[in-house]
Amino acid sequence: MSIFSKHLPAVHVEHHKYTADSPTEKMPVPDKVYISMAQHIGAPCQPKVAVGDLVKVGQVIGDTEAFVSAPIHSSVSGKVTAIEKNLTMSGIWDLIVTIATDKKQEVLEGLAPPQVDDKDSFIKAVRASGLVGLGGAAFPTHIKFNPKNLDEVDSFIINGAECEPYLTADYRTMMENSELLVNGLKNILKYLKIKRGIIGIESNKAPAINKLRAMVKDTPEIEVMELKAVYPQGGERVLIYETTGREIPIGKLPADIGAIVSNISSVVALETYIETGMPLIAKKVTVAGNAIRTPKNIEAPIGTQVNQLIEFCGGYKRIPRKLIMGGPMMGAAIYDDGMTVNKNTSGILAFDEESASVPKETSCINCGRCIRTCPMLLMPALLAKAYEAKDVEQLQKLNVALCMECGCCSYVCPAKKQLSFTNKLGKRLVMEGGKK
Amino acid sequence: MGRFNQGSLVVSSSPHIMDNVNTTRIMLDVLIALIPAFIMSGFIFGPRALLLTITCIAACVVFEAGFQYLIKKDSTITDLSAVLTGTLLGFNLPSSLPFWMAVVGSFVAIVVVKQIFGGIGQNFANPAITARIVLLVSFATPMTTWPLPNQLLGTVDAVTGATPLGILNMGTDLAALPSNMDLFLGYVGGSLGETSAIALLLGGIYLIWRKVIEPSIPLAFIGTVFIFALLTGQDPIFHIFAGGVMLGAFFMATDYVTSPRLTSGKIIFGIGCGLLTMVIRLYGSYPEGVSFAILLMNILTPQIDMLLRRRTYGGVKI
Repeated sequence: MSIFSKHLPAVHVEHHKYTADSPTEKMPVPDKVYISMAQHIGAPCQPKVAVGDLVKVGQVIGDTEAFVSAPIHSSVSGKVTAIEKNLTMSGIWDLIVTIATDKKQEVLEGLAPPQVDDKDSFIKAVRASGLVGLGGAAFPTHIKFNPKNLDEVDSFIINGAECEPYLTADYRTMMENSELLVNGLKNILKYLKIKRGIIGIESNKAPAINKLRAMVKDTPEIEVMELKAVYPQGGERVLIYETTGREIPIGKLPADIGAIVSNISSVVALETYIETGMPLIAKKVTVAGNAIRTPKNIEAPIGTQVNQLIEFCGGYKRIPRKLIMGGPMMGAAIYDDGMTVNKNTSGILAFDEESASVPKETSCINCGRCIRTCPMLLMPALLAKAYEAKDVEQLQKLNVALCMECGCCSYVCPAKKQLSFTNKLGKRLVMEGGKK
Repeated sequence: MGRFNQGSLVVSSSPHIMDNVNTTRIMLDVLIALIPAFIMSGFIFGPRALLLTITCIAACVVFEAGFQYLIKKDSTITDLSAVLTGTLLGFNLPSSLPFWMAVVGSFVAIVVVKQIFGGIGQNFANPAITARIVLLVSFATPMTTWPLPNQLLGTVDAVTGATPLGILNMGTDLAALPSNMDLFLGYVGGSLGETSAIALLLGGIYLIWRKVIEPSIPLAFIGTVFIFALLTGQDPIFHIFAGGVMLGAFFMATDYVTSPRLTSGKIIFGIGCGLLTMVIRLYGSYPEGVSFAILLMNILTPQIDMLLRRRTYGGVKI
């Protein structure tokens, strides 16, 4: 955001959107699904079923009284065979409900569209749908849609940037579920009484832009906005800035500047629930990377193991050395392909030896690339030095908390320093108050 | 639950992809950008000029490898930074300088300025510039004996004379000043790699095109020299093409380690270099001031960095 540009800094990453034209394939129901009770930020759910219970598709199997939470539904019909503690990929223990499927996919009796006629019933429906931020953050949607100052919100922004390389699940959703998307947005605007709806899409997804523009040409309150195809266009703060020109002051939320952001898949999942009563039980996932035989977009029941999805793609083409949940810029490397598809899973990537190798770090040469590239206008090189010195005061002064871990600094660093990782550690150090 | 043995999958922090630019590639780009000036130095001052630069390169690489071996550090000679320092040092010497003095300069650049402060990325001043100044102070006569051009088969006893800035500094024989075209091509006396403005400009444009450097420092530096000359009634074209301005502005002042990190800082740095250069040229006893100007601004770089604030997203000044 120099004086010459009204855009935030960004990086040009290679898109690798090889699966863009692969229509979503619904994968067969696996023999077993493993459904985590901690699929959102906030309080984990308590299992509402016991071992031996028979469950149907759409049945609530986990819920909690805690405010920051969302219910969890069975993605299959079958029998609960185990409820066990398990270590998640983020290193915490949570409960896993294992269901042996009967492959009949019998839907819960009495599943019907919810009664929605005002804001309160709408928000209730949002919670009942089990929706959390599907773009990755997994924050319960019913809270995000209902801020204290909802009357000050004038823009509802849908994130269709899909700026992560390789991932095309959101693009496929825009192409395959455009009706649900537009109707979902209309409902959101109606019940939340928001004036303007914006769908922000990167320019490398022209067919989606054209299709959606044609669909909303008679709906003046909805605008399909073309964004530059640069990373991280889909970061919440970046997207708000690029679509409305507004910045979120430090310590404030998007609603404080009149905006709510939601992901493409979230809006579609919500509208699916509103129209059919079917809660969030399956997820569109891009499976790609150079170790995958046939990269695909797959709709998989939540709780399906990663190795099942990869088998559905014909298995591995080369020996995999790195598995990633999410995109290559912000996704997490996993150590085991027994991990499961959760609500916020958008991609599974498998890379071979060459792509998995982590280059050796060399000395910082003060080139300033990280500083010029940071979308939040931070100074990653200095943050790294402050972290190395365990200087909490300096980390705070340099505003480490603003870092969204987008990875741009690490991406451009010629010394191959893991700056984004250092920032992550720096943030933790500040939270812990700098105990050495 | 999975099928992988422990340790068979790489687990590292995101991002999992990286740009293919690395330190070696950056150094290589700068070396590529210096090739036109290297070739021109051979045409203008003869094969001895090429040999002197190669001597500096070899000495710098040997000193770096040797020092790192002695202090038991991993060798960094493959990052090409020592090759670059050697090239730049060579370019800053008169082509008739005795080889052993060039080796002394290489020692100062690599061991004293770079390695003792911690190696690449840690030096507070540009190694080649500092070494040149040390040589100038230590060996004043050979460092200011300028062979004249077109000595294609020249020997050590080639014809020598004053540089264009030297003529201007003495102020007695201004009619002997070369044409601006000779200055532009480089057929004038001077340090062996600094005279050909056209060759250095070509290299500078290559660096900007490759995004190795931002244009801020060269533009501010050269622009300040131009305006200063204009305001003091001097020929601005002469001043930007004469002496070390082109070499300094594109290749020495832009050294990442010793220049400010923010663009605003780079502009201040460039203006400072231009001002000091012209003050020394016009009012100092040295005919040329580029090296001193850059060294002084190198020393001010931490202060520039500290004084400048950056406004982050969300409106906090850091």
